[in-house]
Amino acid sequence: MSELQILVMIAILGFGVALTRFLPFLVFKNTKKLPKAVEYLGKVLPAAMMGLLVVYCLKDCNFGEAGEVIPLVISVAAVAGVHLWKRKAVLSIAVGTVLYMVLIRVIPLIAV
Amino acid sequence: MKKRFGKDFYYALRMTLPVMAGYVFLGMTFGLLAKSEGFAWWVPVLMSLVIYSGALEFAAVPLMGSFDPIGALLLGIMLSARHLFYGIPMLKKYEGTKMAKPFLIFGLTDETFSILSTAEPEDGVNPSKFYVLVTLLDYIYWVSGTLVGAILGTAINLNLEGLDFVLTALFVVLFIEQMKTKSGILSGIVGVAASAVSLIAFGKTYFIVISMAMIASVLFAGKKVIDRE
Repeated sequence: MSELQILVMIAILGFGVALTRFLPFLVFKNTKKLPKAVEYLGKVLPAAMMGLLVVYCLKDCNFGEAGEVIPLVISVAAVAGVHLWKRKAVLSIAVGTVLYMVLIRVIPLIAV
Repeated sequence: MKKRFGKDFYYALRMTLPVMAGYVFLGMTFGLLAKSEGFAWWVPVLMSLVIYSGALEFAAVPLMGSFDPIGALLLGIMLSARHLFYGIPMLKKYEGTKMAKPFLIFGLTDETFSILSTAEPEDGVNPSKFYVLVTLLDYIYWVSGTLVGAILGTAINLNLEGLDFVLTALFVVLFIEQMKTKSGILSGIVGVAASAVSLIAFGKTYFIVISMAMIASVLFAGKKVIDRE
């Protein structure tokens, strides 16, 4: 591709993403009082979307492969456990991530 | 005045530390990948500056081999559809943000949305300023990671495999925080269940759009039970 074509492609990809990010704001731009249904969605969507994002992060795991599944399950459980216990976000995330990085190197050596 | 800014900045920095680790690492990986595919260093950097969506940028690398504007537009919208649901909770929060609003919306990535829809600014911190700082810091992490990866290329030889788990961990933590809110428990369960079912039933490519439709329908159908505030 020529440089111009690359620039056009990048602009179009950027437009596609921006469209999805801006659309809700454009739709309700001139609305003084949000409809009840939208206000309700605004309240309950964050929790549901966080659930979706957790599943989204697990989607690439090959669930037939013990060397992949075991580190993932243990580390996610560790993050949740430490967070429910101490409720310090950075701590829970750091413990889980270090554990994961160790386990993906060690478990495949042990798992049959 | 200066001291005040330092405090706000420090708070936003602390909130975004996990994103820093995840974005710098993934941004570097992206820059490296694009370079190994034969692109000039500025291509991945410009992509991160303009597109600013990790999932889409990685997916677009193979697409950038041939000129296909329609394909690019469809891919861009398909892979970003989940953002449609990020704006709705932020409509109210971003109401008083004035000039900064377009930038806040442009920068509403998965991670920025997760933090800003869950966290409240510290007492005395101006909300708009907090939103801008978090959004800006995340943007800087992603672009600078890409820049480092694109320039250094394979000169980096650190074995950091698995560091991207930091973002999974961030979502798990924020999911728990959301579950602790009044109407969060049930809607969180709806989110996980709908996504898991549709991932198993429809596979990786289409499950997000289908999950979104399922989530919205169940949330509306169960409004009486879920809406507890």
